[in-house]
Amino acid sequence: MITKTFACPECNTQISCQGNLGDKIKVVCPKCGKKGVAIFAVDKADLKTKTDSLSIEVAGLTKIYKNLKAVNNLSFNVRTGEIFGFLGPNGAGKTTTINMLCTLMKPTSGGAIVCNYDIIKHSLEVRKCIGLVFQDASLDDRLTARENLELHSRLYGVQKSERRKRIDEVLELVELSARADSIVRTFSGGMQRRLEIARGLIHYPKVLFLDEPTLGLDPQTRKHVWDYILKLKKEYKITIMMTTHYMEEADELCDRVAIIDHGKIIALGTPKKLKDNLGGDTIILDIPDDDVEKARKVFKKAKIFDSQVLLSVKNAGREIKKVLEKAKKNKIYVIEANIRKPTLNDVFLHLTGREIREGAANLRDELKRRRGMRGH
Amino acid sequence: MRELEAVYTVWLREMIRYYRAKERILASLAMPIFWLFIFGSGIRAPVFGGQVDYTSFIAPGVIVMALMFTSMHSGISVIWDRELGFMKEMLVAPVSRISIVIGKSLGGATTALIQGTIIFLLIFGIQNLYSEYFSGVRINISTFLIVLPLMVLISLGIVGIGISIASLLDTLEGFGLIMNFIVMPMFFLSGALFPINNLPEWIRVVTYIDPITYAVESLRFVMIGFSSINFVLSFSVIFVFTFSMILIATYLFNRRS
Ligand SMILES: Nc1ncnc2c1ncn2[C@@H]1O[C@H](COP(=O)(O)OP(=O)(O)O)[C@@H](O)[C@H]1O
Ligand SMILES: [Mg+2]
Repeated sequence: MITKTFACPECNTQISCQGNLGDKIKVVCPKCGKKGVAIFAVDKADLKTKTDSLSIEVAGLTKIYKNLKAVNNLSFNVRTGEIFGFLGPNGAGKTTTINMLCTLMKPTSGGAIVCNYDIIKHSLEVRKCIGLVFQDASLDDRLTARENLELHSRLYGVQKSERRKRIDEVLELVELSARADSIVRTFSGGMQRRLEIARGLIHYPKVLFLDEPTLGLDPQTRKHVWDYILKLKKEYKITIMMTTHYMEEADELCDRVAIIDHGKIIALGTPKKLKDNLGGDTIILDIPDDDVEKARKVFKKAKIFDSQVLLSVKNAGREIKKVLEKAKKNKIYVIEANIRKPTLNDVFLHLTGREIREGAANLRDELKRRRGMRGH
Repeated sequence: MRELEAVYTVWLREMIRYYRAKERILASLAMPIFWLFIFGSGIRAPVFGGQVDYTSFIAPGVIVMALMFTSMHSGISVIWDRELGFMKEMLVAPVSRISIVIGKSLGGATTALIQGTIIFLLIFGIQNLYSEYFSGVRINISTFLIVLPLMVLISLGIVGIGISIASLLDTLEGFGLIMNFIVMPMFFLSGALFPINNLPEWIRVVTYIDPITYAVESLRFVMIGFSSINFVLSFSVIFVFTFSMILIATYLFNRRS
């Protein structure tokens, strides 16, 4: 039973009534007699108190490899039930952070609580309640899909009577039922990835870590994996922490995103808020190298990289005319003008002056890297 | 209970992989069979004062060779699991690392045992067909019942060496190096192929340090009734060796991850 209190729209009298979530109850104002309906919807305030319970609490987490501070004093919280994104370029320290949270690696200093257990003192308890999909391949490719899942459920102590049911269930979820008894070696990259996601779910983890779940997948398969992740959130109601260096992925999937660079969080919030903070749209002017100096003087607030002028404006469509006139008046030749709605990449660019994906990391490079990077 | 299930799971995986890799079974039988036939029939010198023919003399050594090849494979498989990424899957599971090492060791020992038994049966078959070969080997159920636990013990010890090496090294190449420079000499210096008493003094010293010597000698005593080293001594050495190797392997594996 929830008690709801609100003001009568007619005479402003405070009215209280009780109901359950989802109820619509007719109410009559005791003072002016106005009839109305009280809706017991999940309102924002309710949501807040619900999601405020935390699944992951990180405080001062640090990892130093020899001289390199791979993870530098990270602190953040992940709320129960949300998809939390860890967005950053290669080498930012995402995998290292995940490895520490999953107890595969000891932090140099700092610590974290996952599912209410300390990752250092109660690593076994943490491992019981998490699921993990590694960045690099981690299936036994000589075994069948079902055997891989079978081994996993045994390792996680899933009851024998439950095993078959759950294996069939997760195979169904990732649409691999038809290939259940094929050797994993014969699977495509996308199928292996899906199988790994399925495997991470068999023991019904409370928190699921996904380390670059779509790395090296073609765009279509990537979309497919996104669908599964959203389905997981909806059907299993688990907390998901995922890393990625694809900003559109973070934008699409994540409730909140932490942008990480050189082991530090440089921004944290909902994708919308992060983009809004940029101050709206971007106008991009391609200019000749000779005009760059001039442009620096004229567009004082702009960011200029090479021969591109980036202007943050509220509404690009309306303001582009003014900008072009200003350029013309100051004899800055505009080769091309473009309008861009902000993306998370712009957020990163704005904060660091670099693109999030340095170099043109194409699919083949990434596959190569994925093979090469399989570490312990 | 949970940990027992984990040991069983890791063992089960080794068994499935062994079953799937039939070429591996043949490959690790090739060398011992080669030795049995080529050297066994090529060198006809009698040993132990003419009481035993050479084929019988090397039979236990060849079994140890089969055990070594197969057991060392557990070390390779640890490195392989690391490269494959499956090691992380095991390490992040809510089970202790000790269960993982024990599961892997038992898996390695079981496959070695199967290979060893195949060689044993092969010797039995040849002895039945051509009585001049392996005439000195006592093959019957009771011999086999003593040979069996001995093979388990020896295999576990060598598996321990394999896992220790794998925990200290990063690459398969490194493992191959150690294999060729340490493990193979351990076999050839063990007195598996020639009587210890005939060796020059300085080699004999090395032979007495080599744990494989005691493995071969204990097995030889059980199989043909002769040995250069007292059975109680060789058995004790093997027992202590295996026990320490498993402890060392567990420690090194744990430390690595
Ligand atoms: N085992 C290691 N030893 C030394 N340096 C490492 C190790 N693992 C990662 N690094 C370094 O730490 C940094 C962060 O790596 P990582 O966490 O894998 O980044 P990301 O997952 O964001 O790409 C990189 O510069 C990487 O080279
Ligand atoms: Mg990574």
